[in-house]
Amino acid sequence: MYLKGAINLDLTKLLPILAEGFLVSIKIFGLTLLFSIPLGFVVSALKMCKIPPIRWIINAYILIMRGTPLILQIMFIYFAPTMLFKADAPPDRFWAVIVAFSINYAAYFAEIFRGGIQAVPKGQFEAAQILGFSKMQTFFKITLPQVIKTVLPSIGNEVITLVKDTSLAQVIAVSELFALAKKQASTQFSVMPLFVAGVFYFVFNWLVTVLFDLGEKKLSYYK
Amino acid sequence: MAMLEVRNLRKCYGDLEVISDISFDVNEGEVLSVIGPSGSGKSTMLRCINQLERITSGTVCVCGENMITGEKNGEAVYASADVLKKIRRNVGLVFQNFNLFPHFSVLRNITEAPVSVLKIPREKAEEKAMELLGKMGLADKAKSYPCELSGGQQQRVSIARALALSPQMLFFDEPTSALDPELTGEILAVIKELAAEKMTMVIVTHEMAFARDVSDRVIFMDGGVIVEEGAPSELFGNTKNERTKQFLKRYSENTFKEDK
Ligand SMILES: Nc1ncnc2c1ncn2[C@@H]1O[C@H](COP(=O)(O)OP(=O)(O)O)[C@@H](O)[C@H]1O
Ligand SMILES: [Mg+2]
Repeated sequence: MYLKGAINLDLTKLLPILAEGFLVSIKIFGLTLLFSIPLGFVVSALKMCKIPPIRWIINAYILIMRGTPLILQIMFIYFAPTMLFKADAPPDRFWAVIVAFSINYAAYFAEIFRGGIQAVPKGQFEAAQILGFSKMQTFFKITLPQVIKTVLPSIGNEVITLVKDTSLAQVIAVSELFALAKKQASTQFSVMPLFVAGVFYFVFNWLVTVLFDLGEKKLSYYK
Repeated sequence: MAMLEVRNLRKCYGDLEVISDISFDVNEGEVLSVIGPSGSGKSTMLRCINQLERITSGTVCVCGENMITGEKNGEAVYASADVLKKIRRNVGLVFQNFNLFPHFSVLRNITEAPVSVLKIPREKAEEKAMELLGKMGLADKAKSYPCELSGGQQQRVSIARALALSPQMLFFDEPTSALDPELTGEILAVIKELAAEKMTMVIVTHEMAFARDVSDRVIFMDGGVIVEEGAPSELFGNTKNERTKQFLKRYSENTFKEDK
């Protein structure tokens, strides 16, 4: 009986609902990248800085971000203001998610960038210095392009994981794709909505993979 | 006129004194070769003069500009950033490992600094780069990337890159040491040509025959000091110094072994 229901399910009604959730997922995805990538660069720079206390703080931050579940971090950002700090109202759910995702992914990106920057041979910086490039010019003209090439595959991995991780936002009842699909599945007694949601994630990640492959190919003109 | 005056140069890494009290001059249009065993401080000396390392004490004067203004608590005090920049523009350094920028084409490797540091218009910089590439016999490689070139070609590009900034003086740190033996000739030929044009140069090298041929003066360094300084005919021909003799003897033995 349930199976029959699954087959008869009205896709024209289901798709718009899921598309709406998907839009929220994409927003989480896009905003997270927008904030976490520059933040990751800052964190990697701080981690390589010469002042020990700053390095200790950054190390602790990276350890916590990578050592605890993201789902827990999302809950902490959402509940801590009211439960720990006696705030009057909890923060906006959506922005709590963005904050949690951004600081979490920044930690991962920071470690990837650090690896990429340290992979640039010392001679590159010395040549730049001898030729008279300023620190800014050296970073943007010499370091960054080479870092991008080395980190692109690892960044691709993280970005694909991020697409799937957006589903964790449901833990504080943000109506993203997975949350809506689950709701539809239970009201309609069908696994079809979940399956369709899976197709959404899959197709999107397929696109992401194609884009990163393209980027890697474009940067394969040297070395 | 002395283009370069080094006085009482000392460089320590912590407690390790790598260069102790070195003084020498290089005159305009002169070619000075620096020879000596590995670890004797030759690279460190070049790196100190080119501001890649902080000197511990002593003075360095390039084209009349003092890099060091004094001493405080036993540490050299550097001149203002403006002066250091000016000095930087007067000198060029060619590295043992070329250090070309892998993501730039050959042409861009040469033009990037003139365009973004000296603010020369791109067309002008490219014109000059092509001229330099022609001189290096690499005019057809302008659009290639460093990874597509042989070591010798890469080193010629890096020489062109240094020359593109029209330095008053050029330093070479073992420019042929990373090259296969059959490729060293092309680099030495380029340096000889520069010498013929009266380019002021300081060349750290293990190519004794070349040093004898091209230099006006030779310095032999060992253990962070200048052991002997003189005309190539003196130093290579009939040195009285025991350490120099031993080094040159060991060197010719090694070269002989390699040849076999
Ligand atoms: N960054 C550094 N820290 C400590 N010691 C160094 C450093 N760089 C060079 N040295 C030491 O300085 C000495 C001279 O090195 P170098 O100038 O490279 O000699 P050369 O170029 O004549 O072979 C060596 O004993 C080397 O180990
Ligand atoms: Mg050396």
